[in-house]
Amino acid sequence: MNIADYKGVWVFAEQRDGKLQKVALELLGKGRDLADKLGVELTALLLGNDVDNIAKELVAYGADKVVYANSPLLQHFNTDGYTKVICDLVTELKPEAILVGASFIGRDLGPRVAARLHTGLTADCTGLDIDPETKHLQMTRPAFGGNLMATIECSSNRPQMSTVRPGVFEKLSKDQDRKGEIQKISADLAEKDIRTKVVEVVKACKDCIDIGEAKIIVAGGRGIGSKEGFDVLQELAATLDGTIAGSRAAIDNGWLDKSCQVGQTGKTVRPNLYIACGISGAIQHLAGMQESDYIIAINKDADSSIMKVADLGIVGDYQKVIPEMIAQITTLKEEK
Amino acid sequence: MNIVVCLKQVPDTTEVKIDPKTGTLIREGVPSIINPDDKNALEEALVLKEKTGAKVTIISMGPPQAQSALREAIAMGADEAILLSDRAFGGADTLATSNALAGALRKLDYDIIFAGRQAIDGDTAQVGPEIAEHLGIPQITYVEKVEVKEEILRVQRAWEDGYEVIEVKTPVLLTAIKELNQPRYMNMKDIFKAYNKEVKIWSAADIDVDKSLLGLGGSPTKVKKSSTKEPKGQGESVNLPAKEAAAYAASKLKEKHYI
Repeated sequence: MNIADYKGVWVFAEQRDGKLQKVALELLGKGRDLADKLGVELTALLLGNDVDNIAKELVAYGADKVVYANSPLLQHFNTDGYTKVICDLVTELKPEAILVGASFIGRDLGPRVAARLHTGLTADCTGLDIDPETKHLQMTRPAFGGNLMATIECSSNRPQMSTVRPGVFEKLSKDQDRKGEIQKISADLAEKDIRTKVVEVVKACKDCIDIGEAKIIVAGGRGIGSKEGFDVLQELAATLDGTIAGSRAAIDNGWLDKSCQVGQTGKTVRPNLYIACGISGAIQHLAGMQESDYIIAINKDADSSIMKVADLGIVGDYQKVIPEMIAQITTLKEEK
Repeated sequence: MNIVVCLKQVPDTTEVKIDPKTGTLIREGVPSIINPDDKNALEEALVLKEKTGAKVTIISMGPPQAQSALREAIAMGADEAILLSDRAFGGADTLATSNALAGALRKLDYDIIFAGRQAIDGDTAQVGPEIAEHLGIPQITYVEKVEVKEEILRVQRAWEDGYEVIEVKTPVLLTAIKELNQPRYMNMKDIFKAYNKEVKIWSAADIDVDKSLLGLGGSPTKVKKSSTKEPKGQGESVNLPAKEAAAYAASKLKEKHYI
């Protein structure tokens, strides 16, 4: 393999039901930075069925070029079809790096593609950069349950691939005037290429708010003690126009739905405001929330780990502090 | 039916602590366990064994001491166990690991290959799909329910916001998540069996895989550096009566325009 033959940064533009996923925009934001450092084009790779409007959106969010493979067989994600189309395009167009969101799609698709291309894949990255001398992609990820950060290189294979944790990088602001080339191709795919058949799709909680999108989060953990304990947290969240979430303990105890879990095995969030109540701050939880802009922790234990990442730590009982906070916030809002 | 379960012995990362003085991982005294998702994979294989009389074989790659994890799997009810153990496998990333395991699997009969979704020491979730690709068989990841109707499987695959039901023909590779089942404990009868049962040790010479695809040399990714995560700068802490603490918090929220 002559690695000099491989040029350009690709971003997998994940869409579901014709809706572009937030992680794709985050990847474009980071991909733009990497492509500029390398002095190469940023390409968004879009697979789907009649999603032309998404192709335009990708340009507005930073792509120089959109390679858009269209087929009715790509309407809904399937490992076999997506892998074939992507690998065929990579073999033909030879990008040097491919970023894929570490979603339930990306973490299924990424390793399959990497194995077919005989290249390296770094999972669930939280940091990406270019080495100024070698120009190799520097991929940083947590290991050992978030206890350790490892920086990984794929120096002699191309493309360099990574799945990237959603919620870590920032998207660029939308610019409708940006110009980019959209290359629409019909995907070379037949029904026999797809060996799995989806017979039923069930959305578990239609009303759930995606905590990954929330600007203000009020989260509770083991220290809340019961399902009823979350009522006052809900009330605080409502007062702040925020969303409720929880640590693994809250989900395992059945106090909250799994979709509300923050942390290594749940979701990574980076809201403007994160209020952690009765959460001690296991390393797996911190991994999912410590990038939040402003963190308030309410905990009886002044020495708990959550206090070390908090911007404001309140030592006390949430049952006493939160009702007072709700009252004070309501008063301040009325003064406006 | 033949079922092969891919299983890894891992340090119990919930027990891993950081030495506050040196900032390095303290590994001494950390217990080794069967990776949790792999245990769900094994449990499902054992459930299918009870229903269909399938033979359950365990394969793993690791140092000789990983035999203890395989004996535990036998004590839970698995029939055979193979450990890939050879210095030639050392330093493998996910691609090299999957090449070794796929090489071993080619020597075995399988209708279903089960793996855990991911191992808690690496959290990559890559080895399962990479094995499926090397073997040229379909994969279904994030599996939370399995029904077998002869050579057709009906599999419930979890999504972030729900699930889908997928039908697939064997052979297939499935990766298990904890929602799939509740793993059983070892039973007395099988614990005794586990003492007498041989865990087969396979070296690189026992699998037909090009040496350049194995171990450190067969790994496209390399760890360049590692570091412990720095906590961010110390914030402020207040220890006041509830009313005053709440008033202070509210004033901060106003100052920062959250209200």
